[in-house]
Amino acid sequence: MSGHEIAIPMRAKFFTTGTKVLLLIALAGIATYVYRFFVGLGAVTNLDNQYPWGLWISIDVASGVALAAGGFTTAAIADIFHKDKYHVITRPALLTALLGYTFVVIGLLADLGRWYNVWHPMLPNMWQGNSALFEVGMCVMVYLTVLYIEFVPIVVERFKGRVNLPGALAGLNKLIEGLLNLADKTLVRFTSLFIIAGVVLSCLHQSSLGTLMIIAPTKVHALWGTTISPLLFLMSAIAVGFPMVIFESILASRSFKLKPEVNVLSSLARYTPFLLGAYLAFKIGDITIREIWPLVFTFDKYSTMWLIEMIFGVIVPMIILAIPKYRKKVAGLFTAASLVIAGVALNRIDAYLVAYKPLYVDHAYFPSIFEITVTAGLIATLVLVYRAIVMIFPIISVPVDEAEKIKNGTHEKINFARWK
Amino acid sequence: MSLKRRDFLGIAALSSATLVTGKATASEAPAHNPDALGVLVDTAVCSGCRKCEWACNRTHELTDRPMSTFEDKTVFELHRRPDRDAFTVVNQFIAPENPEKPYAIKVQCMHCLRPACVSACIVGALEKTPEGPVIYDAWKCIGCRYCIVACPFQIPAYEYDEALAPEVKKCSFCYERVVKEGKLPACTEICPNEALTFGRRDELIDIAHSRIKNHPGMYYDHVYGEHEVGGTSWLYLTPTDFKNTELPDVGTEVGPDITEPIQHGVFKAFVPPLALYGLLGLAMHQFKGEKDKAEETE
Repeated sequence: MSGHEIAIPMRAKFFTTGTKVLLLIALAGIATYVYRFFVGLGAVTNLDNQYPWGLWISIDVASGVALAAGGFTTAAIADIFHKDKYHVITRPALLTALLGYTFVVIGLLADLGRWYNVWHPMLPNMWQGNSALFEVGMCVMVYLTVLYIEFVPIVVERFKGRVNLPGALAGLNKLIEGLLNLADKTLVRFTSLFIIAGVVLSCLHQSSLGTLMIIAPTKVHALWGTTISPLLFLMSAIAVGFPMVIFESILASRSFKLKPEVNVLSSLARYTPFLLGAYLAFKIGDITIREIWPLVFTFDKYSTMWLIEMIFGVIVPMIILAIPKYRKKVAGLFTAASLVIAGVALNRIDAYLVAYKPLYVDHAYFPSIFEITVTAGLIATLVLVYRAIVMIFPIISVPVDEAEKIKNGTHEKINFARWK
Repeated sequence: MSLKRRDFLGIAALSSATLVTGKATASEAPAHNPDALGVLVDTAVCSGCRKCEWACNRTHELTDRPMSTFEDKTVFELHRRPDRDAFTVVNQFIAPENPEKPYAIKVQCMHCLRPACVSACIVGALEKTPEGPVIYDAWKCIGCRYCIVACPFQIPAYEYDEALAPEVKKCSFCYERVVKEGKLPACTEICPNEALTFGRRDELIDIAHSRIKNHPGMYYDHVYGEHEVGGTSWLYLTPTDFKNTELPDVGTEVGPDITEPIQHGVFKAFVPPLALYGLLGLAMHQFKGEKDKAEETE
């Protein structure tokens, strides 16, 4: 299967109407982000002693990590369980994870009061093995490094033997070429060791993100505050991995006017109803064992959010993807994948924000315009960087006979409207 | 070759694990120190003079406000919370048994015996000292504010308006004065009618129970802080059910007793992560073998 596909850099005009809009959002976000470091958290956020964590932690960090799960789930299925047909999506998935985690760290820095101390958890005299956050911090740091190492073969493939920097930088050509050769002989050979490490590290910190909030049992609403929260976080991260890959693959195909990989994507989507089903079963089992079904049907803020999460984020996409007729269509795949993604993101927002009940409250938290601008700006920047990287590096796979035409820009441009 | 490398990785991970878990066991529930200190707050006796607020403010150099600003009783309508510039506040509450006479209650860090903030802190910037005080080291702090999320009493405050080096601010139980200089906490020292009693926590609990016994009708029969969230260094006597005051009903469950067993279970001598690594490595090897066979037969 994979023999018929080859990853190549995409060719397209970087700036379209869409990317120009994204650029505006990105610039606004970057400006606000920089501003925050001059004026402090109080001036740009609505955070206070009642609500110490807000939009940035629940979306940029918690949802960001969950939605980057496509990286390790795809690596597991393609590289560890050797389902070779999925190799065409491992690189896009890896890039998502790499950028996802990079932006998690960038977003986190804005939220840290003493961001310049972010490296402190690495110092042995500050290690704090009791803290779930310490584990998350360490795992994310190591995993981010692993992701960059996993990306090295792609850089080597693209530039080895072709380093040709212009002008004054030409003097560096030999050095860079040497480094690429060295990387090819060392890191690239042991990629599989890093791939396994990436899966282990992901399982560890995806679950620990679910441990964080349950340290304050009296401040977290019972629908989310459960001892099995770490397991639920891990299961939902695994469940959202493939939908995230499907979502992006379809968007990329649309953006670069390629034929969507419907076969690969819909066969990947076969797993999703089972993964969502297992998650749903544990959710329901947990609610049943703790005898809190009445809380589900109070239809207050909490029960409404929980029901939206479960019905639209889990049950509906489960049904769509369980039916082959819908699973084999781009529209069905895209709708279901979007729902799963929204559902898991909502779950993280609920667990970190909505379910958080300060003991003494005189007002509700709602993110400030600055907080929203930074979050939107980070997402827009991520998309733009993603686009730039797939245009420089061989990330997206196309059929071999199409590759040459795409390189020359003479391939048949398949418009979204013609997708079946 | 790859197996050897895996072993090497394993050994590297194991040796760092010993360091991590060594530290972890050291910071687990400290052995009960019979000399640990505490303060008993008797809200039946407190007159609400707010001199403790003033003394705290002056000792920790929080603001320049003169004593007179602390005599204002209208603040009692606000139900203030401790903040970056007020580590302790006095509020008022009504006991339904005697609605005519309002009572006053002093609020500050409870200095939990099993503090969630300490367990939560990613870098150990918060520490439960054997003497009792929970203290903060701004130099280590990364400013994540997980301590504020974790605190069952909503006590730590943050310097949100500080752009460069914000700190977590809360009552330190006058650690320097009490432990280093052998003095009383500033608030306790100034209290004019002995609403605050400083001493060994064990003894304070006995005193509290005997006050309840010896003054029937004066107290609700519960020493708040004796068992709440595993016990706190600061203890309260109330003239009415503590639920009528602003003391939160936090139960006796210890937050860190939920999260720490999970953390330590997952990382037990690093065996579970290494086992998962090994298992996945085996799967990778096995499935590759099967694929090769399939290709040969094709």
